[in-house]
Amino acid sequence: MIAFMNNSDSEEEPCNERTSLMSAESPPVPSYQDGLQASQAGEVQAHRKRRTGSSRSPNNIADGDMSDSGVPVRESALENEEEELTLKYGAKHVIMLFVPVTLCMIVVVATIKSVRFYTEKNGQLIYTPFSEDTPSVGQRLLNSVLNTIIMISVIVVMTVFLVLLYKYRCYKFIHGWLILSSLMLLFLFTYIYLGEVLKTYNVAMDYPTLFLVIWNFGAVGMICIHWKGPLQLQQAYLIMISALMALVFIKYLPEWSAWVILGAISIYDLMAVLCPKGPLRMLVETAQERNEPIFPALIYSSAMMWTVGMAKPDTAAGGPSQQAWDAAEDGRENHRSPSHTDSQMLETRSPAPTRPMTSFEELEEEERGVKLGLGDFIFYSVLVGKAAATASGDWNTTLACFVAILIGLCLTLLLLAVFKKALPALPISITFGLVFYFSTDNLVRPFMDTLASHQLYI
Amino acid sequence: AFFWLVSLLLASLIWFVSVHLSDREDAKLQYGLLVFGAAVSVLLQEAFRFAYFKLLKKADEGLATISEDGRSPISLRQMAYVSGLSFGIISGVFSVINILADSIGPGIVGIHGDSPYYFITSAFLTMALVLLHTFWGVIFFDACEKRRYWCLGLVVASHLLTSGLTFLNPWYEASLVPIFIITLCTGLWAFFTAGGSFRNILK
Repeated sequence: MIAFMNNSDSEEEPCNERTSLMSAESPPVPSYQDGLQASQAGEVQAHRKRRTGSSRSPNNIADGDMSDSGVPVRESALENEEEELTLKYGAKHVIMLFVPVTLCMIVVVATIKSVRFYTEKNGQLIYTPFSEDTPSVGQRLLNSVLNTIIMISVIVVMTVFLVLLYKYRCYKFIHGWLILSSLMLLFLFTYIYLGEVLKTYNVAMDYPTLFLVIWNFGAVGMICIHWKGPLQLQQAYLIMISALMALVFIKYLPEWSAWVILGAISIYDLMAVLCPKGPLRMLVETAQERNEPIFPALIYSSAMMWTVGMAKPDTAAGGPSQQAWDAAEDGRENHRSPSHTDSQMLETRSPAPTRPMTSFEELEEEERGVKLGLGDFIFYSVLVGKAAATASGDWNTTLACFVAILIGLCLTLLLLAVFKKALPALPISITFGLVFYFSTDNLVRPFMDTLASHQLYI
Repeated sequence: AFFWLVSLLLASLIWFVSVHLSDREDAKLQYGLLVFGAAVSVLLQEAFRFAYFKLLKKADEGLATISEDGRSPISLRQMAYVSGLSFGIISGVFSVINILADSIGPGIVGIHGDSPYYFITSAFLTMALVLLHTFWGVIFFDACEKRRYWCLGLVVASHLLTSGLTFLNPWYEASLVPIFIITLCTGLWAFFTAGGSFRNILK
């Protein structure tokens, strides 16, 4: 347990900041407004920026038009198309976020249902010192509330600390901290997880093989998350570490505390992102002011290339990498030829404008996905995993929570498309999830069980 | 799926309250309450299907106004199919997944004198129910579009009838066969509603 506590110390902090959801379109928007009021060239720039900052398939025809008609554009058409792009862009990214959230939840639920280790109670984290084995209900409730207060205050302190470090540009410290914590996650927790899975299925594995497997897994993970790597591999690693973290939470948080913590953290998320002095909001705003991406180890993004982390992106390096990314995108789209001409047009345009414009354009073309904080993944999975672990039987409750969380995510993304600034992703989904969990467990389950025992269908 | 879940929630709330308020010991009363609960649930499901139709209609209009050529990218028929399918999937899954989970474990079906065909009839019934929900979705949306309220009434009545037939359940001939006949008829009706015809099949 002592070892876990030390690790959890560095584990806690990644979870704190990973709870905001932002649209990647926010940096370009102010410049778009400026571009519209500028001269003709400025208008071309703005139009090109909007064109590039959107999803590909509806734009193929429109892009063809743009290259022909050139400069003069009607303002109302711009407005209309902007809205339509936002909506289509939004819908596509909803789907792109559904898949990883679903995968994370599936991994967590599958592990909970099959591996006994994660449902045995083997002690508690140091952050939740009050035990819940008390005889009376009131005492138990009190203990869980106290646990929650301690946990939330730890999270708040860590978040504020991180934001202060970011503000005062102590990048090395933050990077070192993140590297250390992802190191722990990738190596230690994977080792434990693998050990438990092997124990459950009674498969023997010798230490050299184990060492080789874990070393490869961890090293590739470190490179993928903190440096460069194929997008899908990076996404897969982020999903896996979120699942591992969620499993740790499920194991070590006592039951009532877990539910109260989930509720409290969604309230905290709401306040931290929306209040003007909230730490997460300050983090996002500072990152946007400095035009930097937030650290890769904290955010899941649906479509991203990290080449823009460099201070001075040069066209040559940007060009091929952008084309590689375009080619990857092309592979996923059905229309091959228009996308190719599209990328060619972008290629020829990028050397033309001046230096600052190039860097900005590259920045924008790369950042085209919706980003979801890893803490959101973790807490969604904790909710579904707890439902799977503790609901007295059943897949119905788990499924109901799953649908509730996805619908909450949908609504949040809808609000994001409307408001266009960083929004907390936790409150709506967690509220729906909690409501559905408690109601399904207590109300629906007896009903369905009685129906099923008579084999009645509704 | 979400809408179906909400309707299920409300229905079970009503049932739960009624069970608690009534006499626990009387088995006949409990059974009657169950029937009542099931009927209420069917009515609520159809009500929520209607609510979902209204919501989709609004979204359809919104999409049509902002799209380039004035029509929405998803037709109402596709939306009807998808909504019916999702209702069907979630209701089927809720009905059958616990049975599936139990079927992995050790046990003998029907050892206490119930029918030994419990699993397989459950599987067939669930399949019929999923298909039925899909067909009902298509017919329902089309009827609401064209304002043929007798179609609506017929859909609700057939849902109630199907649910009622499952009450005859250990007597499988009387429940399975009519339900499959209903499924086939509804399927043909939905096919013709969606615009198919013999000529389309032959083409």
